[in-house]
Amino acid sequence: MKHLTEYRDPEQVDHYVQELHRTVTKPWTVMEVCGGQTHSLVKNGILNLLPDAIRMVHGPGCPVCVTPVHLIDKAVYLAEEKGVMLCSFGDMIRVPGSKKSLLEAKASGADVRILYSPLEAVRLARENPDRDVVFFAVGFETTAPANALSVVHAQQLGLKNYSILASHVLVPPAMEAVMNDPDTNIQGFLAAGHVCTIMGISEYAPLVERYKLPIVVTGFEPVDLLHGILMTVRQLERGEYKLENQYTRVVRPEGNPDAQQVINQVFTVVDREWRGIGNIPQSGWEVRPELADFDANRKFSVQIEKVPECADCIAGLVLKGIKKPFECSQFGTNCNPERPLGAPMVSSEGACAAYYHFAAVDLVHA
Amino acid sequence: MCLAIPGKIKSIGYQYNGLVRMAQVSFGGITKEASLDMVPHAEIGDYVLVHVGVAITVVDEEEARKSFQYLAEIGELDELLESCQTDRQLMERQPLNHLVA
Repeated sequence: MKHLTEYRDPEQVDHYVQELHRTVTKPWTVMEVCGGQTHSLVKNGILNLLPDAIRMVHGPGCPVCVTPVHLIDKAVYLAEEKGVMLCSFGDMIRVPGSKKSLLEAKASGADVRILYSPLEAVRLARENPDRDVVFFAVGFETTAPANALSVVHAQQLGLKNYSILASHVLVPPAMEAVMNDPDTNIQGFLAAGHVCTIMGISEYAPLVERYKLPIVVTGFEPVDLLHGILMTVRQLERGEYKLENQYTRVVRPEGNPDAQQVINQVFTVVDREWRGIGNIPQSGWEVRPELADFDANRKFSVQIEKVPECADCIAGLVLKGIKKPFECSQFGTNCNPERPLGAPMVSSEGACAAYYHFAAVDLVHA
Repeated sequence: MCLAIPGKIKSIGYQYNGLVRMAQVSFGGITKEASLDMVPHAEIGDYVLVHVGVAITVVDEEEARKSFQYLAEIGELDELLESCQTDRQLMERQPLNHLVA
């Protein structure tokens, strides 16, 4: 597959690995923000190829992981009590709510549908005019255009039975939250490539200046990741801090203005609660008040009680890169993908799931 | 969740009575539908990056080619920097009057 397989070429990977070994002289700690990058690093064995001096820590870029428990409870309630057709990305349905997951609700008879795209949910709403269709719209900036577009399409089609339950979060405020934590030891960031495809790169320049560390916008394939790590480490070794873009084939400096326009048409920036991390000011999007008919939060006024997180789960520390998944006492024992205590163990972007499924034993016990 | 895959546009059509521009996109032989709302200028033959059924950008072929030149470029750059440093070290070791004399 063009634009994909060439970035998995073992020879290219080897060139980058050798260059990294030649470059690094001191220990450095670098965070990859996006959970997709975490999975690629672990699944492709890249962590094993890096020089020992380079320590990769895994960031909060897993939208499923940071979706608050009470929103999952709300989705379950809408499916079970309000009789809606509750549509979701597959990633979300195994995540435990306070009482059950969407998968468990589905097993007990609720109409929960796993979809690939929110646009399919619009189609379902059109085909089922007598049913209320709700799409559980989780995601970072990458997914926001698709979720927003579903609302635009539903509005254009005059649908009255479609709404989204939005749990949208933003990367730059999360990076600030990570850096403001007194326990952080991050010296450089790989910024999430596809988020920047939408938003561009300019919002990271102030972070580079404020925290005086390199930020390199990076892709997801092995060659991309090694290239991004090399660009970061070269800066660190020279005592530099700059914003750089490794992923130029899909990330333009200005992002995608058409996508930003649709996002702004549907969403407005608000404070958001992040599961495991807490409230982060101005860190997410919700549906604009004038589009309340398409906002499941407003359309179905349900009061869901907020419940405390599982005391044994250290998801918050894992999401901020302070602890590695295998440093959790519950990892792989009381917490596994079949019976997860926290979301990072079930999401396809969760760091705990990455280590559970793909990490070699020596990596886990390193 | 932020997974996005590049695929080639095979054909372009319309949905909902012309409201939505949709493409058939081939991913190494598997064809799926993707909205072109976010890439209004995309044409048949372009590679687009598709995320949850929406094409979010057109892959820049020139930049894709360039990304494989990075190692060669930094190799040349490092050689240049090293030679500059060597020149400087020589200058420092040998006082100018020596060169003038």
